[in-house]
Amino acid sequence: MDKKTQTIKRFSKLFTDNSSRIENNSAGLINSYRGDAMKQFVELGIPDRKNESYRYTNLDPWFNADYKSYFVPGEEDFKAAENFECEVADLNSYDLVLLNGIPPRYNGTLDGLPEGIWVGSLVEAAEKYPDLVARHYGRYAQNGKDGLIPLNTALASDGIFVYIERGVTLTNPVQIINLVHSDRDMFVQHRNLIVVEDEAKLPMIVCDHALSPQKFLTNAVTEVYVGENAHFDILRVQNEHNNAAKLTHTFIHQEKNSYAVSNNITLHGGLIRNSTYHRLNGEGAGSNALGLYLTDRWQHVDNFVSIDHASPNCTSNQLFKGVLDDFATGAFNGRILVNREAQKTLAYQKNNTILLTDDARMDTKPQLEIYADDVKCSHGATVGQLDEDAMFYLRSRGINKDEARLMLMFGFAREVIEKISTEALKIRIDDLVLKRLRGELSRCATCSINCDK
Amino acid sequence: MLQIENLKVEIEGREILKGITLSVKKGEIHAIMGPNGSGKSTLASVLAGKNFGEITGGKITYMGRNLLEMEAEDRAKEGIFLGFQYPIEIPGVSMVNFMKTAVNEHRKYRGEEPLSSSDFLKLMREKKELVKIESGLTNRSVNEGFSGGEKKRNEIFQMAMLEPKLAILDETDSGLDIDALKIVANGVNELKTPENAAIVITHYQRLLDYIIPDVVHVLYDGRIVKTGGKDLAVELEKLGYDWIKKGDDTVKYG
Amino acid sequence: MEKEQDKILNEVTSGDYKYGFYTDIDMETIPKGLNEDVVRLISAKKQEPEWMLEFRLKAYKAWQGKKMPQWAHLKIPEINYQDIIYYAAPKQKAGLSSLDEIDPELLETFNKLGIPLEEQKRLTGVAVDAVMDSISVKTTFKETLAELGIIFCSFSEAVREHPDLVKKYMGTVVPYTDNYFAALNSAVFSDGSFCYIPKGVRCPMELSTYFRINAANTGQFERTLIVAEDDSYLSYLEGCTAPMRDENQLHAAIVEIVAERNAEVKYSTVQNWYPGDKNGKGGIYNFVTKRGICKGENSKISWTQVETGSAITWKYPSCILKGHNSSGEFYSVAVTNNHQQADTGTKMIHMGKNTRSIIVSKGISAGKSQNSYRGLVKVLKNASNARNFSQCDSLLLGDKCGAHTFPYVEVDNQTGIVEHEATTSKIGEDQIFYCNQRGISTEDAIGLIVNGYAKEVLNKLPMEFAVEAQKLLQISLEGSVG
Repeated sequence: MDKKTQTIKRFSKLFTDNSSRIENNSAGLINSYRGDAMKQFVELGIPDRKNESYRYTNLDPWFNADYKSYFVPGEEDFKAAENFECEVADLNSYDLVLLNGIPPRYNGTLDGLPEGIWVGSLVEAAEKYPDLVARHYGRYAQNGKDGLIPLNTALASDGIFVYIERGVTLTNPVQIINLVHSDRDMFVQHRNLIVVEDEAKLPMIVCDHALSPQKFLTNAVTEVYVGENAHFDILRVQNEHNNAAKLTHTFIHQEKNSYAVSNNITLHGGLIRNSTYHRLNGEGAGSNALGLYLTDRWQHVDNFVSIDHASPNCTSNQLFKGVLDDFATGAFNGRILVNREAQKTLAYQKNNTILLTDDARMDTKPQLEIYADDVKCSHGATVGQLDEDAMFYLRSRGINKDEARLMLMFGFAREVIEKISTEALKIRIDDLVLKRLRGELSRCATCSINCDK
Repeated sequence: MLQIENLKVEIEGREILKGITLSVKKGEIHAIMGPNGSGKSTLASVLAGKNFGEITGGKITYMGRNLLEMEAEDRAKEGIFLGFQYPIEIPGVSMVNFMKTAVNEHRKYRGEEPLSSSDFLKLMREKKELVKIESGLTNRSVNEGFSGGEKKRNEIFQMAMLEPKLAILDETDSGLDIDALKIVANGVNELKTPENAAIVITHYQRLLDYIIPDVVHVLYDGRIVKTGGKDLAVELEKLGYDWIKKGDDTVKYG
Repeated sequence: MEKEQDKILNEVTSGDYKYGFYTDIDMETIPKGLNEDVVRLISAKKQEPEWMLEFRLKAYKAWQGKKMPQWAHLKIPEINYQDIIYYAAPKQKAGLSSLDEIDPELLETFNKLGIPLEEQKRLTGVAVDAVMDSISVKTTFKETLAELGIIFCSFSEAVREHPDLVKKYMGTVVPYTDNYFAALNSAVFSDGSFCYIPKGVRCPMELSTYFRINAANTGQFERTLIVAEDDSYLSYLEGCTAPMRDENQLHAAIVEIVAERNAEVKYSTVQNWYPGDKNGKGGIYNFVTKRGICKGENSKISWTQVETGSAITWKYPSCILKGHNSSGEFYSVAVTNNHQQADTGTKMIHMGKNTRSIIVSKGISAGKSQNSYRGLVKVLKNASNARNFSQCDSLLLGDKCGAHTFPYVEVDNQTGIVEHEATTSKIGEDQIFYCNQRGISTEDAIGLIVNGYAKEVLNKLPMEFAVEAQKLLQISLEGSVG
C-alpha cells in the first residue's frame, strides 16, 4: 500500500471511529455534509506534488507525522476554550479567541458589537439561524481537486461564524485570535463562515499564533459571502513557529459591485500554504488579493491564488511580495481565469521575490487563462536580489550595509503594507514587519494578548 | 584634502581611467570637464566607493587616509558626498526615514547623540528652504516619481543635510532648466566654506557661470589633458572639445 | 464600426490553405499498425546497422511504458496508434545521384511549394534537404558545403556514412525516455536531416529542411540532429506543409542541437502544417520535441518559430544552458484560428554561470481556437548570475477564442534575476480609429497592427523567411488579422 493510500485509510478510520463524537459536538446541518465529503476525500487524498497546484509544496512530512491528538474535540476542550483567559491590548477591535479552532460558546454575541452584527460559534449559529447558515454553508468552498477541503468538511466540528446585516457598516475590525496551544502534537481543523449582506461593510483581522512548541498542523476552511455593494476586508497575520504548519483555504464569493480585499502576511511558520479564491460572481465586482512573506531558516511558504472572473466589468489585482533568507523556500501560484461572459475585465497580477542567500529558493507560476476578448490582463513576476545601485546610494549617504539592506527590504515590503486601508493597522503591521526584518520578532510579539505563556 | 595619484581603473577589461593625478585643497572648487565617455562619472563613482571595475594602479589619499581601503558608508561619514548623475529611485523607503538614518549615522560616527524627531524635522525644514524643495517631496519615497529637476534638487538638499567636507557633483546640471540650475548653484555656493571643497563634474560651461571654480581640468580619454583657471572653461566652450582632441600642448597650472 | 470589424474578422478567418494539394505518386507503404516487427521492418527498409535497430527497440519498449501527457491545455481526441502507417516513401531508386533520377512529379510538387530542388533555380543562399513522408528526396548544395567540411545530408545517409557522429550525439539532448512522443519518434523515425559544422567554420549559407506530408493515413516522424563544433556558426530553417484531408495525421518529430564552445546556432521554423478546415475537421497533430544544449562556454542557441498551422500543436523548443556564459533565445509567434489548439513555449534551464536567456512569445487567437504559452525558466543552484527576461503577450481577435499563459519560474540561486511579463488584450478600437482617420481601411489597420505586434519576432527570421512568414500571417488570419 503506498503512502497516499495509507494516509487515506488513516483518516477514514479516524472518521469512522470518531464520527459520533464529532457529530455530538456539532450541528445537524454541518453533519449532513460529512458523509459525502469523506467519500470525496477518499477519492482525492492529500494533495501531492503531482497535483499541479501543489507542485512546489510537499505536505507528506506533515501528514505522515504521528499526532497525539487529531483534535476531535470533546466537552472539556470547549470548556478550555471558554476559560482561556486573556487580556486584550487596545487595537480598537472586537476580539474573539479561537483556541485550537474552537470558539468560545458565548450563547450570544461578542461584547460591545454594534447592532446588526453577530460573531460567535458556527455550531451555535447553525442552531440559532438555521436558514441563514444553510443558505451559505458548503456553497463556496469548491475545488474538485484539493482533498484538503473535503477533509475539513468531514472532520471539522466548529469554527467562527460572522454575520453582518444588510446596510450595516463596521469601522473597527473584528479580530480573530487564532491560537494553537497544547501539550501534545496536534492536528487542528476548523471551519468558518462569514456572511456580509448587501451594502454592508466588514473589516476583519485574523492572527495565527502557536503558543506552545509542540508540532501543530492546521487545516482551516473559510467561506465568505459578500453581497451586492458590500465591502469585505480580511487581513491575516501569520506568526507561528518552525514546528507548525498552517493550511488555509479562503473562498470569497462576491456579488454585484462588491469589493473584497484579502491580505496574507506571513512572518513565521514551518510550512504555510494559503489558498485564496475570489469568485467575481456579479457584474462590477472588484477584488484585491495581497500577500507578503518574510521567511528564513527552513520555512516554506506557498501562496495559491485563484481569481475567477465570472461576470463582466470586474477588476482584480494581485500583489504578492516576499523576502526569503537562509534556506527558506517559497512558491507562488496565481491564476486569473476570465470566463467567456466576463467581458471588460481588468485583471493584474504581480509577484516579486528577493532571495537573500544562495540556499533560498523561489518557484513562481503566474498564470492567465482567458476566454473573453475585450479584456486587459497582465502579469509580471520577478525573482532577484536587492538592487545594488540602491545599496550604493544608501551607503554613499553614510548608511551602513546592514541598515541599508534593512531599509531596502522594508521599502520592498511597503508596497503591500501601503494597501492596508486602516491607518492604525498599517502602522502596526509596519512595526511588525520592521521587527521581523530586524530579527527582533518573538513569536508572541504580534499577539495582542499579554499572556504569560 | 584629496590627492589622487596616477589612478588607473579598468571596467570589463577596458581601461577607463589611464592615470589620473589630481590634488584638491580645502576651500577650493575644482571643475572637471570633458566630452561624453571620457571617464568623468567613473572617477566620481570610484571616489565615492562604488564597487565596480578594477583599480589597476595608483592611490587616493583623503585627509591623510587611504581612501581606497574605506567602505562607501565610511567615506560618506568622513565627509565625502556624491551628487549622483542619475539619482536612484528607492520605492517604499521614505525620504524622511532615509535622511534621518543617514544624519544619525553621521552623528553617531562623530560621537554625537541622535537627533530627536522634532530637531530633525526642524533641520529638514531649514535645509529645504535652501534648495526650494517642495515639502511634499520629502514625504514621498526616495526619488520615486520625482522629475529630473526634483531629483537633482533633492541631491543638493541631501548635501545640505549632511554638510560634507568634499562634495562631488556628477553632472548635477544636466537636464536642468535655467531656474533650477540657479537654485542648485545657489545651494552649492551657500554651503561653501573655507573648510570644505567641491569637485564639480560637468559637460557644459553653463554651470560654471554660477559656481565659480578655482581650477578647471579637462578629462579626455581617461586622462587629464588640460588644467587651468576658470578661463579654460570659457575657452573650451568657445572652441569645443575638438580643440582638445587635436592634442594641443597641456597647459600646466599652479 | 464594430459590425464591420466582425464582418472582416469573419472573412479573414475563412482564408484558404494554399498548400493543400495532393501529389499522386507511386508510393511504397507498409501496413498500418505498430509493434516490434514494424520497428524492425522500418529499420530493415532503411538498411540500418544493428546498433540503430537496438536503439529503436529500446525506445519502443520505453514508449509502451509511457502515457500520453495530459498536462497541456489541449483537448486531444483519442489517437489509435494501430491505425497509422509508420512508413511511406515515394518510390525511387536508392542512392540517386542526379536530379534526372527523381520522379518529375516529385520535383513538380516541391516547385509548387516554392522549394525548387534544382540548385540553379534556388536562391544561392539556401541549401535544402527535402523530405516527403518518410524519406529525404534530395539534399541540395551538398558538394559545395562538403568543401568546407560541413556535412549536410539526410539522417538515413548520416547513419550510413557518419555512424560515429550519429552514435556520439543522437539521443544525448532528447533521450528516448524523455517523453511519450520522443519515445515514439525514437522507435519509428523515418528520416530527417543531419548537419555537422566543423570547428571554426561559419556556414556560408542557410541550411534548411522542408518537410512535406503527402500520403494518407501516415504519420511523419522525422528526426534532425545538428552539431556545431567550437567557434562555428549555423543558421537553419525548417518549413512544413501537408495536403488537406478530413482525417487527422500525426507528426511527432525530434530536433536535437549541440553547440560546443563559442558556437552559435539559429534555428528558425515556419510551421504551416494543414490546420484542418473551418469546422475543425482534419489537420495535423504536431507533437514535437525540440531541444538544444549549449554545451560549451559562450555558446548560443536561438529558436525562432512562426506557428500558423496544425490542428493541435504541442511544442516547446528549449535550451539547456550548460556552458558558462552561454545564452538561449526563444522568439515565437503562434497564430491559431478556427478550431486550432496550440500549447507552445519553451524551457530555459540555466546550469552554467553567467547564462542568459530571452523569451519573447506573441500569441494571436482568432475564431474558436485556444492558444497557450507554457514556459519554464529554471535557475539551478550553481548557476550564479543567471539572467532571464520573458515577455509573453496575447492578442485576442473575437470573443470565442482563448489565450492562456502558463509560465513556471524556478529560481534556486540568489544572484539570478528572472523577470516575466505578460499581457493579454484585444486590438484597441482607438488604434483602429486612428488608422481609419489617416485613411487606412479597418482590414489593413488590423493587418498593420498584428504585423507590428509580431514584428519583434519576425525580425529575427532570415530575410527570405520573414517575407514568407509575413504572408503566412496574412493568410492565416486574413481579414481577422489582415
